[in-house]
Amino acid sequence: MQRIGVFICWCGSNIAATVDVEKVAEIMKSEPGVVYSANYQYMCSENGQQLIKQAIKEHNLTGIVVGSCSPRMHEATFRKTAEEAGLNPYMVEIANIREHCSWIHKDMDEATEKAVILVRTAIAKVKLNAPLTAGESPVVKRALVIGGGIAGIQAALDIADAGFEVDIVEKNATIGGRMAQIDKTFPTLDCSACILTPKMVDCAQHEKIDILSYSEVEEVKGFVGNFNVKIRRKARYVDETKCTGCKICMEKCPSKKGLNTFNMGLNTRPAIHIPFAQAIPNVAVIDPEQCIKLKTGKCGICQKFCGVGAIDYEQKDTFVERQYGAIVVATGFKPIDLDNFNEYGYADNKDVITSLELERLMNAAGPTNGVLLRPSDGEHPKVITFIQCVGSRDTSGCGKPYCSKICCMYTAKHAMLIREKYPDTEVHVFYIDVRTPGKNYDEFFRRAVEQYGVDYIKGMVGKVYNENGKLMVQGSNLIDNEQVTIVSDLVVLAAAIEPEPSVRKVATLLTASIDTNNFLTESHAKLRPVESPTAGVYLAGVCQGPKDIPETVSQASACAAKVIGLLVKDKLKTNPCVATPDEMMCNGCSQCANVCAYGAITYVDKEFRLGGGKTEIRRVASVNPAVCQGCGACTVTCPSGAMDLKGFSSKQIMSEVEAICKK
Amino acid sequence: MKEVELKMLERAKALLERGEVARVIGWKKGDFCFDPTPASFESVDELKDFTYDWFCGANLSKYLIQMSKKDGKTAVFLKPCDTYSFNQLVKEHRIAREKVYVIAVECLGKLNIEAIKEKTDGIVESVSVVDKDVKVVTTSGEFTLYKPEVVLSKCAVCNKTHQVKDEEIIIHERPERDVNRFEEVEKLEAMTAEERFAFWKAQLSKCIRCNACRNVCPACSCIKCVFDNPQSGIAAKANDSDFEEQLFHIIRAFHVSGRCTDCGECSRVCPQNIPLHLLNRKFIKDIDNLYGEYQAGETSDGKTPLTSYSENDAEPTDVVNGEAK
Repeated sequence: MQRIGVFICWCGSNIAATVDVEKVAEIMKSEPGVVYSANYQYMCSENGQQLIKQAIKEHNLTGIVVGSCSPRMHEATFRKTAEEAGLNPYMVEIANIREHCSWIHKDMDEATEKAVILVRTAIAKVKLNAPLTAGESPVVKRALVIGGGIAGIQAALDIADAGFEVDIVEKNATIGGRMAQIDKTFPTLDCSACILTPKMVDCAQHEKIDILSYSEVEEVKGFVGNFNVKIRRKARYVDETKCTGCKICMEKCPSKKGLNTFNMGLNTRPAIHIPFAQAIPNVAVIDPEQCIKLKTGKCGICQKFCGVGAIDYEQKDTFVERQYGAIVVATGFKPIDLDNFNEYGYADNKDVITSLELERLMNAAGPTNGVLLRPSDGEHPKVITFIQCVGSRDTSGCGKPYCSKICCMYTAKHAMLIREKYPDTEVHVFYIDVRTPGKNYDEFFRRAVEQYGVDYIKGMVGKVYNENGKLMVQGSNLIDNEQVTIVSDLVVLAAAIEPEPSVRKVATLLTASIDTNNFLTESHAKLRPVESPTAGVYLAGVCQGPKDIPETVSQASACAAKVIGLLVKDKLKTNPCVATPDEMMCNGCSQCANVCAYGAITYVDKEFRLGGGKTEIRRVASVNPAVCQGCGACTVTCPSGAMDLKGFSSKQIMSEVEAICKK
Repeated sequence: MKEVELKMLERAKALLERGEVARVIGWKKGDFCFDPTPASFESVDELKDFTYDWFCGANLSKYLIQMSKKDGKTAVFLKPCDTYSFNQLVKEHRIAREKVYVIAVECLGKLNIEAIKEKTDGIVESVSVVDKDVKVVTTSGEFTLYKPEVVLSKCAVCNKTHQVKDEEIIIHERPERDVNRFEEVEKLEAMTAEERFAFWKAQLSKCIRCNACRNVCPACSCIKCVFDNPQSGIAAKANDSDFEEQLFHIIRAFHVSGRCTDCGECSRVCPQNIPLHLLNRKFIKDIDNLYGEYQAGETSDGKTPLTSYSENDAEPTDVVNGEAK
């Protein structure tokens, strides 16, 4: 006979203000199987847990239902409570009467009625629960970092410094990411390369770090502590172990007209190239779209000149498979395409550029050697107009609804640097709001206005058009309530940033969830900001949300701390809620194995009695409980219903449905 | 037809005589000219009842689940449409491929005796086909019918070709046909939700739960069907409403989705003439739209759209909005 205890939590006023908690607890007293029902202000508190423990012991409870917040919040807490009172932790069910009820209802009667149904549903389920015991799985003491920008670099260095092996997989030919393209960094104006490149070198020299550049994650199997990852090492047509980075190939290459992507296409580069002087690894790569030898079979000049014989036109993509205990996603961002913003004339005017292009134009290693010259005619621009929020905070559907967060600060930086270096230049900035929260950020912005005389105009720009070689920037000045047209030589657009598009593939491979803007979702917005809901997957940098360099570095270090915390463990407790087949019903059709993302299902031939002394060999499914993650995909795929999930059996779910439908 | 039948008989005899196979699955003559029945022939002697005619519509592939468990090899005659079911069953490990010898046979469409009876009087005595003319002799006289009007519904839109190519084929050259098997589905899709509900309610309420559709279906080959399993909580429950049978057919359609080869046996055997194949065909059409063209049973290996994942798969929102790829 089941003896169920029901515990209704007020959650202060979170639940109690909308749900009549006393009434719910009272009604539950007369539910079949329920022998104890109580309510309490904070069930998760020490006193609340004590109440549960006492009731379990005094009333000899066989199962408990806690009507409280989401199980994601406190299921683990109450399982532990039950365990301490001698009850199997899997004999606990949570009825979510907060997120699923009190928070979304206003009417107390309605909310109370719903809470009663939700608690009844949990009672129906707990009656069919069975005690379960968690197993153990080992932890592979190696981490994978996807993305070699500043986020990935910082996370890798911190993990490696703790003594664990780390691999960085970077899709480009060099690590460094977006930060390598940036000229100066706010709010201190120190040179980006000066602070980034030593860290890149540290990565390359660290005995625990392996950099897999020009590589992409192809396949991910397994689970926390035991990921099995297949990595594609793209053919770079240069032997990484031989190339010394002498650059003679770059000098001799006859195909020099490829757009230099590192310089945002503002100048050209040879087909064989090293992306930039401080690249790590300092190894050349051939662009197969541009290489004459690879396209036509004739040329081979770089091979002739290479002193170490590093050029290999026959190189093919290769694959490596490695095991990891934890994965950090640090895939970064890109500025949005401006196809939807014709009003700013980006496509039609060479002198309408993005802020990232301006970074390259101002960088000493950039296409103009750091002298600010406009792209159209190489003249010094005398009037420069910045336009903020190009595609950010845009609810029209053309851009992104969110604030890109970094643009206010880098625009102030650009304006200040230009006024410092070229005091004869007029600088205007159109803005909606200027947002400068952060240590020394507002002081920085005020310096731009007060000390450097940058003209900030509150208002949006309607259009930018070319008139007799001048860029006419037509916008509104909301403070003076007038329309203004600024005759400019250069227009700089603060294009919104978006997650690097390849993040979708990575998220899919990792079954990590992603939001409508392609940002990876953290496990809890406030309390678990660097963990993905997928166990063992951590998030660093802009892939999780817009952020600047200091924030990115902090998040990367936080990720590293989480990874280290995982990797120091020798064993992890596994989830006992795993799939299990009824061999008598199994057809051996392999559909469950086909849908299993973890490779947990194999098949065995077993002998079955048919009656009359006859037997038959049947192919039946077998689940490896150490590998199964309890996702349930197999249970819904099985046509005969032979596969079931412990803790979430079809019977339990049907009884929940029936409890909800019962009038 | 006679010529093909003789060739088949010759092959069956040879295989049995030489002991290459322990049995041959084909069709044997019935009481009338129009009711040949699937049969297993274990000796040359038994082959005297062997037949292959215009009424051999039955799909023999499902018999192989049991037959391939027996000792010795089993030879089977498969029509083009049956070969898809065969491949699908091999893919699902239900047929031991190495224990089957497939002989693919010609098919120019099979006749529907119900349609013939409707268009003629008296008891059918003999039926012969010349091109598109079907000559029917009955106790009341002679009738000439137009063949496309009296073939099985599955044959009317069939464009299938042999998919088991590694064994022998008693071949025929059937010209490519320009048919759209989704025409009927499109008509249903064009209806309003109310009209469509009324259509299916009228059709499915005819169901007598004889389970013929399930028993004949090569995709419905579970060792124990969920509808027969007392553990499932849905077996043998009294109907809750006058339309509960719809759930049986809809659940069945879901269970075979992505696996149904559109062999049309469900509709052929339904004693109530419910066009059950339309449910399956709607699923096939949706799978084509959402995941790219896919024909179950074209091969006996490879991935199936509903049990595999690719990056190009439809997003859940596409499925909800019914958007095509």
